Amino acid sequence: MDPVFLSRLQFAAATMFHFLFVPLTLGISIIIAYMETKYVRTGDTVYLRMTKFWGKLFLINFALGVVTGITLEFQFGTNWSRYSEYVGDVFGSLLAIEASVAFFLESTFIGIWIFGWKKMSAKAHAAVMWVVAAAGNISGIWILTANGFMQNPVGYALRNGRAELTDFFAVLFNYNSILQILHVLPSALVLAAFFIMGISAYHLLKKQHVDVFMGSFKIALPVAVVCSIFVALVGDFHGVNVAKTQPAKLAAMESHWETQTRAPIVMFAIPDEKLEKNTIEVLSLPGLLSFLGFHDFNAEVKGLKDIPRDERPPVLPVFIGFRTMVGIGTLLIVLSLYGWFQRNKIMESPGYLKLILFSIPLPYLAIEMGWVVTEVGRQPWIVYGVLKTADAASPIAATQVLFSLIGFILVYGLLGAVGFYLMAQNAKKGPEAAH
Amino acid sequence: MELQSIWFFLWGLLWAVFFMTDGFDFGVGTLYPFLGKTDQDKRIMINSIGPLWDGNEVWLLTAGGVTFAAFPKVYAVMFSSLYTPLMLILFALIFRGVAFEFRGKINHEGWKKLWDTFIFLGSFLPALLFGVAFANIFQGIPFDDKGIYHGNTLKLLNPYGLLGGALFVLLFLQHGANWLNIRTRGDLQQRAIDVSQKIWLVLVPVAVIFLVASYFATDLYANYFKTPALFLVILVTVAALFATRIFIAGRRFFKAWFASALTIVGATFFGIIGLFPRLFPSSMDANFSLTAFNASSSPLTLKIMLGVVLVFIPLVIIYQAWSYHFFRHPVTREDLDLEDAY
Repeated sequence: MDPVFLSRLQFAAATMFHFLFVPLTLGISIIIAYMETKYVRTGDTVYLRMTKFWGKLFLINFALGVVTGITLEFQFGTNWSRYSEYVGDVFGSLLAIEASVAFFLESTFIGIWIFGWKKMSAKAHAAVMWVVAAAGNISGIWILTANGFMQNPVGYALRNGRAELTDFFAVLFNYNSILQILHVLPSALVLAAFFIMGISAYHLLKKQHVDVFMGSFKIALPVAVVCSIFVALVGDFHGVNVAKTQPAKLAAMESHWETQTRAPIVMFAIPDEKLEKNTIEVLSLPGLLSFLGFHDFNAEVKGLKDIPRDERPPVLPVFIGFRTMVGIGTLLIVLSLYGWFQRNKIMESPGYLKLILFSIPLPYLAIEMGWVVTEVGRQPWIVYGVLKTADAASPIAATQVLFSLIGFILVYGLLGAVGFYLMAQNAKKGPEAAH
Repeated sequence: MELQSIWFFLWGLLWAVFFMTDGFDFGVGTLYPFLGKTDQDKRIMINSIGPLWDGNEVWLLTAGGVTFAAFPKVYAVMFSSLYTPLMLILFALIFRGVAFEFRGKINHEGWKKLWDTFIFLGSFLPALLFGVAFANIFQGIPFDDKGIYHGNTLKLLNPYGLLGGALFVLLFLQHGANWLNIRTRGDLQQRAIDVSQKIWLVLVPVAVIFLVASYFATDLYANYFKTPALFLVILVTVAALFATRIFIAGRRFFKAWFASALTIVGATFFGIIGLFPRLFPSSMDANFSLTAFNASSSPLTLKIMLGVVLVFIPLVIIYQAWSYHFFRHPVTREDLDLEDAY
């Protein structure tokens, strides 16, 4: 077996698993901090029960996010040593800054939050949660800045056989990173809002703990409305930026083979990479791809055929990933807007509540698919236009990687199952009764 | 001092602080099945490190991140050469972390036993493997001029490597027992005090054997003979080790804990100073060794990172010290009753 392929599988498994937990951590920490602040301001214990209920779920999720995050940093060294050596000068510093600036803060203050309940004033305790929430999101900003460098490398020069930093501010204010930050962090809030609304819907359908869950629902709903729309708007800017900086990714997103003006979007297709065409195409909307990429129905969009074969990403996963992400994103906007207009009669809409309950997995799927588009769409490059993935792996034996890959799948599968089981159990149990 | 040398010692310092902080978590976790007689004892033990272990573990991430940022080539060669032991450490740490969180979530004997096992393994294995790994680094690792590893993972378990592992486990056990002396009361505390004195009796001879064996198995002492004043570091470390015992006998547990902390930092620096300027020596040819000068990042990156580290690491130390201070009292019934306590 090919060690590069195994390392890619392992990295994909580890990252995608890690990212099952990260968005909820980022989003719900902000919402919990808001709930606790409401408690401090109003003294209403409903908010305290909310804080504790969501806090418990948050902590189970947080534990899994933290432990799976450590392996990611070290995998660059273990499995991608040639990458690490080549771009460490730029990329490594961003990870080191993330740890020292943000992750320390988050990890230290989460301990204070868990164990500090009776040891400090309610006000101080709420402030601690804001620190946790802010630090987590700042962490995310640094990681996305690092990923932005892989997508659109800037601020470096090729010297001494590697990429060396020449302009730190160019790296910090990389347009690609900024778009990613504005897309990913609000999408975490969307996921958290739907998580809260979905679990609240479960209890509201059973007409239990109505005060806590009606309150939670009403806090999460506007977050869902605003953020789901915002994520889509930023996504549009993203499309334009991808068209400009990564034409191969755009072409793969749409399984677009021939360079043409008034390029269409096909709703569904089955791409055949050998024959360089789509064997089936359903519902082609002319001009839409040109509009997506250049905000001009007549613009010319480069097709995959005009990109050398060895510089094309795998088409099918990117094509399906993009459709899934956009489809779910649109659905989430509709669901949250509908909820907003029905917000005073939610209890009388059991059908809607059921729909919201079953929507809990949707943002998870959309976010994972978004990463498939971003990361698979960047292939065959690990750093776009600078270093190919095939040249980036460690010179290690395939058997070593195979064993660790099997280990990852077993361990993560097991822990993931236990983690989600515990979250579901605690979610169903509901909050502590009012005193 | 050149930028690279500053970074070399910062790199060493970050590892030392990681061993000093997460070290007592590892110690507590390793003592856990032996000192925790009842469920309440066990809960007191894990809750004694509950608020702190997560922040402590970030020192590992920072040590790794700084290796990546300041010495990318070392990061690449070190972690790919030590692939299997590092993966074992990471899996162990994963299990330790979730075990704290999961253990109390279901009130079932078998469930708790399962996670108890992981708390022990997740603490003992990293302690052992970090010791084995660093002792092997002191000896040199077989990699060539292209950074390709030619060794065999099982060969890491050579006598000097295992001695390093034993030393780390004992240092962390001492440190962990000293922590329990501070944060427990009653029977459990009595057992902790008892065991902290017994560990010391084993730690001292192992430390002496390690210091002697290092003379024969490594060339760490070369720097010391060049600059004899450096022997002071060893002297201070040994003094801290003896102070630990005196403070325990005098029931001055905070001071004993500081002394074992200083012992760990000293022991780490004993190796770091001996390595200088090498971060990752090659046993195949000294010319292949990765040093602060041939494996560092560009001066611009080193400068920016130095600025970041000089501003933020002192801040981290301040708020972590505050958090330690905040949770210095013995774990009480009320602490265990907290909804999210472990």
